[in-house]
Amino acid sequence: MIVAERKPLQQIEAMIEGFEKILIVGCGTCVAVSMAGGEKEVEELAAQLRIKAKLQGKPRTVDEITVTRQCDKEYLEPLAKYLDEYDAVISTACGAGVQFLAERYEGRIVLPALNTLFIGVTEGPGVWSQRCIACADCMLDQTGGICPMTICAKNLSNGPCGGTNAGKCEVDGEKDCAWTLIYRRMEKLGRLEYLKKIQPPRDYSLTTKPGRHTHEAFRQSQQEEE
Amino acid sequence: MVAGFKQAFAQKKFVVTAEVGPPKGTEISELLSHIDLLKDRVDGLNVTDNQSSVMRISSLAVCRLILDHGGEPILQLTCRDRNRLALQSELLSAWVLGVKNVLCLTGDYITVGDHPQAKPVFDLDSVQLLQTVGLLNEGKDLAANEMQGGTGFFAGAVVTPEADPLEPQMLKFEKKIVAGARFIQTQAIYDVDNFKRFMEQARRYDVKIMAGIVLLVTPGMARYMNKNVPGIFVPEALIEEMAAAEKGQKIEAGIRIAGRMIRQLREEKICDGVHIMAIGKEDRVPDILKAAE
Amino acid sequence: MSDTQPGNLPVNAAEPFEPKIVAYCCTYCAYTAADLAGSMRLEYAPNVRVIQILCTGKIDAILLLRAFEDGADAVYVAGCALGDCHYMEGNLRAMQTVAHAKHLLQEVGLQPERLEFFHIPASAGPLFAQRADEMTAVARRLGPNPLRRTIQRDAGGKLIKPPDLHPPLPEAKLGKLIRHAERVSDVSM
Repeated sequence: MIVAERKPLQQIEAMIEGFEKILIVGCGTCVAVSMAGGEKEVEELAAQLRIKAKLQGKPRTVDEITVTRQCDKEYLEPLAKYLDEYDAVISTACGAGVQFLAERYEGRIVLPALNTLFIGVTEGPGVWSQRCIACADCMLDQTGGICPMTICAKNLSNGPCGGTNAGKCEVDGEKDCAWTLIYRRMEKLGRLEYLKKIQPPRDYSLTTKPGRHTHEAFRQSQQEEE
Repeated sequence: MVAGFKQAFAQKKFVVTAEVGPPKGTEISELLSHIDLLKDRVDGLNVTDNQSSVMRISSLAVCRLILDHGGEPILQLTCRDRNRLALQSELLSAWVLGVKNVLCLTGDYITVGDHPQAKPVFDLDSVQLLQTVGLLNEGKDLAANEMQGGTGFFAGAVVTPEADPLEPQMLKFEKKIVAGARFIQTQAIYDVDNFKRFMEQARRYDVKIMAGIVLLVTPGMARYMNKNVPGIFVPEALIEEMAAAEKGQKIEAGIRIAGRMIRQLREEKICDGVHIMAIGKEDRVPDILKAAE
Repeated sequence: MSDTQPGNLPVNAAEPFEPKIVAYCCTYCAYTAADLAGSMRLEYAPNVRVIQILCTGKIDAILLLRAFEDGADAVYVAGCALGDCHYMEGNLRAMQTVAHAKHLLQEVGLQPERLEFFHIPASAGPLFAQRADEMTAVARRLGPNPLRRTIQRDAGGKLIKPPDLHPPLPEAKLGKLIRHAERVSDVSM
C-alpha cells in the first residue's frame, strides 16, 4: 500500500491562510491504514485547525468527509453536491488522490495535507517500511524475494558495495544490507548459483513518466474509443 | 620508472601505486607538488572521483595534469554522479586525453558528502561499468552502437577483504573479474594473516591484486576507522605500537608499520603490489617506500 | 510561524481561576483507586472530573483534543501499572496515544504539559489523590486554557456543556459529510 505522513500543521495552516470555509476530504484506503489520512486523522486535523483558529481569533469552519478512496472516480462523484460551499478543500490522500480530486473538481482549490512516502508494508503497529519502487521490471525471482532496487540505497543489482558493515548498510547503520539479506536467503534456498549471473543494466525507459497502463482486455475497446 | 602501469605487471615486478585527491577549488599548487614528488616513485597514481561524495575538481582533469607532468594516471570512476551516457562519455574523453587506466567503483553514497541533498545516480553498478569499459575497448558502446575508434583501457576494480560478511563480497569480486577487471586494489588492510586467507581465495582468479595500504597517522585514527569505517580492521597490536610512539613521532610509527607491511607482502610474494593511500600526507609516501626497502 | 503564546490571563480577572480537569480513568485500576481514595476519606483537589472508561487503550487522541476544545484546563489519562493491564497492553497503547496527542497540542500552540498519562494501581488510593493534586497544580501554574475565553464568549458567559444524552455509537462514516457544528459543543443551550 501507499504509506504517507501528515504534513506539519504549520505547513497546512500556511496553505489555508485567508480561507474561512474548509472541507477536509479523507481517504479510507492506504493512508487510513498508515494512520495519516483516514477518518480519524481527518477528525484530528479538523480539531487542530479549529483550535488554532480559535486561539488566533480567526473565523473558520472546518467540515469533514472521508471517502472510500480518492483514486477512483466513483468515490469522488458524491462530493459534487458539497464542494461549492467551501473556500478550500484539504485532501488527506496520497499525491495520486490529491491530484485526482483536483482534476475532478478543476475549479476548486485542492490542497495536500500529507507527504507521500513510499509503497510499503506494515512492519508492526505504527511502523511501515518501503518494499517496492515500481521499477516496471521485477527481478525478485533472481534475488530470493528481496528487492535490491528498493532495499539497497545504491540500487546495486550485482552484489554489495564495500560498505557492508556486519550486515548493515553504511548509509544508515540501522538498516540491513540488502545484499547480505539476499545472499543469506539464497543460501537458505540453495540457489546461490543464481546470484552468479551478471545482471545487465536496468531499463529505465520502462519507468518514463508519467506511467500509464491499459489492461490487455481493454486495449481494443480503448483504441476504438480513441 | 613510468613504462606504464599495465606494463609494470607484465614485467613481473611488485607494482606500487599511490593516490592523489583533487582539491576543492582551483588552487592546485599543492596537488602539482605531490604529483611531481610521486610520479617517478610509483607505477601509477590513482585520482579519486569526488572522494567521499565531496565535490572537487574532476578526476579526469587531474589525470591530464599528471600526464602533463610525466606521470601515469589511474582514473577512478564512480557510478554515483553520472548516468551511463556521462560515464561512457567520460571514458572516451579520458582515452583521447591519454589516460590508459581506469578503476571502476560504485562510489560512496551521496548523503555522506557535502551535497547530501543531491540526486544519487547509480544508473550502472561497478560490474556493469566494467562491462561497459570492455565494450568501449571493442569499439562498441553500451547500446551496441559501433563507434569510430574505441578505447584500450586497462580496467580495475576494488574489493574489501575484511568485509563482514565476506561471502557476498566475494560473489561480487568474482563478477568483477568476469566483467573484465584486470587488476584489483583492495580496501585498506592491516592484518596480514587475514589478508593471506583472502588471497588464498583470490589467487584462483586471473587478476592482479594490489593490497591497500592506508597510512596510520595517530592511534586515534586507527580506533576511529575500526569503529566507523566498514571493512577496515586495525589489529590492537598496531594501535598499541602507534600509542607507544612518542608524541610528535606517531606518524613515524605509522610509516614504519606501512613500510614493514609492504616489505612482508613483497618478500613473501603474498600479492602483486600495493596501493598506498596516504590521505592528506601524500608528501610522506617517499618515506613509506623507503621504509619498505 | 511563532505563535503568540496563549497568555495566562484569567478568564475574568474578577473571578479567581478554578481549573477544570478531566481524568480518563480505567475501570480496573485508576477508577478503583479513585473509589478507594474516597473510602479512605482522602482529601484531593475537587477540580478533577473523573470519566470512567473500560480500558485506557480505548482512549483516542481526538477525545483528548475535544476535552481541550471544550475548555478543559488539563487532561490526564490514568491506567494500570506497566504489565498489569487487564487487556494486556491497553495502557501501553494509551501512552502512545497521549504522546501523539501532546504533539498535536504542541502544533496548535497549547502547552503539552496540560496533558499527561499516569499509572495508578487499584490499591493506590493515596497516589490517585496525589496525581489529582499534582495535575491541578500544573493547571494553576499554566493558567486557564486560552480556548475557554472564546468558548465562554460564544456561550454568553456560561461555561457549561449540556450532557450528551445520545453519545454516538462508533460507526464507519465513509462518504458522510460531518459539519463543523456537529463537532463543536453547542454551549449556548
